[in-house]
Amino acid sequence: MDEIKESVLEYVKDEYVEDEDEDVTYETKLISSGLVDSFSMVSLKAFLEKRYSISLPDSEATPEAFDTVNSIAELVKKHTG
Amino acid sequence: MAYSDTARAAFAAEIEGIRDKGLFKDKRFIWSPQDAEIEVEFPEGAAREKVLNFCANNYLGLSSHPDVLSAAHGALDARGYGMSSVRFICGTQDIHRELQDRVSEFLGMEDTLLFPSCMDANAGVFEAVLDKEDVTIADRLIHASLVDGIRLCSAEYDTFKHMDMKHLKKKLELHADKRHKLVVTDGVFSMDGDLAPLDEMCDLCDEYGAMILVDDSHASGFIGKKGRGTHEHFDVMDRVDLITTTFGKALGGASGGCVSGRRELVELCRQKARPYLFSNSLSPVIVGATIEVIDLLSRTTERRDKLEENTKRFRARITEAGLNVREGETPIVPVMLYNAKLANDMARDMYAEGIYVIGFFFPVVPAGQARIRVQLSAAHEPDQIDRCVEAFRKVGEKHGILGLDKAGIIEKYGT
Repeated sequence: MDEIKESVLEYVKDEYVEDEDEDVTYETKLISSGLVDSFSMVSLKAFLEKRYSISLPDSEATPEAFDTVNSIAELVKKHTG
Repeated sequence: MAYSDTARAAFAAEIEGIRDKGLFKDKRFIWSPQDAEIEVEFPEGAAREKVLNFCANNYLGLSSHPDVLSAAHGALDARGYGMSSVRFICGTQDIHRELQDRVSEFLGMEDTLLFPSCMDANAGVFEAVLDKEDVTIADRLIHASLVDGIRLCSAEYDTFKHMDMKHLKKKLELHADKRHKLVVTDGVFSMDGDLAPLDEMCDLCDEYGAMILVDDSHASGFIGKKGRGTHEHFDVMDRVDLITTTFGKALGGASGGCVSGRRELVELCRQKARPYLFSNSLSPVIVGATIEVIDLLSRTTERRDKLEENTKRFRARITEAGLNVREGETPIVPVMLYNAKLANDMARDMYAEGIYVIGFFFPVVPAGQARIRVQLSAAHEPDQIDRCVEAFRKVGEKHGILGLDKAGIIEKYGT
């Protein structure tokens, strides 16, 4: 689980954070804070599916499920078993 | 009754939710033609005020230009009011063909197809051209209509950080295996006034075998020495594959838009783009007036030159006055305030000073990026620009933000 969280956090920082001073943690709100918009969220989904060889149905890849690194890790864990 | 009390209450609650979030759009009524000075009723029912307009897309001041009005009257008399048809049944007149040819020539493209709006052009172009084997790679701050169009199409999509060429390169590498790759950007970004670096983008597209689409709605008519757009500004007129643009801003300001570009891509839009196929033909009045606009802009660069002068004057003086503006060279000048309430309060105070501007905040712009967007026009006279700057100085002083940088404003007001 920690490996998933670290890996997702690293991706989020690299892919979305433009302001170097912005501190992103496992609990930082990503979607609801506006850091990641729903249009850009698609690359995160693609990253998770490729990295963990899973398929995330649209019904589960919701803005709520993608709102923090912790909740994303939970979703990935559910699908990786 | 299908529209039950329960349904009414649910919809009313949703509207209240919009109001509670501070996102409710109040009605504003203009009692005059669109111009540098307009007569406004705001809020609804209030006494009308004559104010200077710094929030229209009337970049070249052609919305009420006498030659444009005269051409509109001429087209109305010669070709009628409406077509009562989509284009491909009985909705295409000789002047529709003429306008398409004139736009192609003006933008330096192979072919052009008219749409009821640029929103419709953007909604239709991706689905017409791309398929599930393809990918679009879009700047994250592209206009909402491009986002909608991309979502309507079956191609995979991805995004890159705003104007970040390293990130775009990374994404082009990531999607190297796709059949067609289409990079998507605004030419001038409507909220920031940034110019997309089309020279670098075209180089990357060449390197990775990608096409590029530019929405030049906030550029056509005035960006570039001859006003042809962002592709002229960056000297890549023959390297852009698709341009979408509007006639509803600098090019007359009524409505209508187009897809202009490579012959085959435009033909696919003609055959497949749903907003083109299933929506009425542009009114002859707009078509005739837009032909006159293209004529006027092809004859002289006087109006775009005046807009450039106005932009330089405003940018220099607003900076001198101590406001924090996003640097750039376009007539879209964001006065950065970072805090939504501050943006709203200052816009209201500006209105009281006789200057009509609007505050923008999340979700229209990224969170923590609230601003007042100022839009210059060739219709503005130097003294009107100075009055706007003076009002900003006065209102900025009232709120204690003159001379403050981003950190200073955020320290004082938060985001």
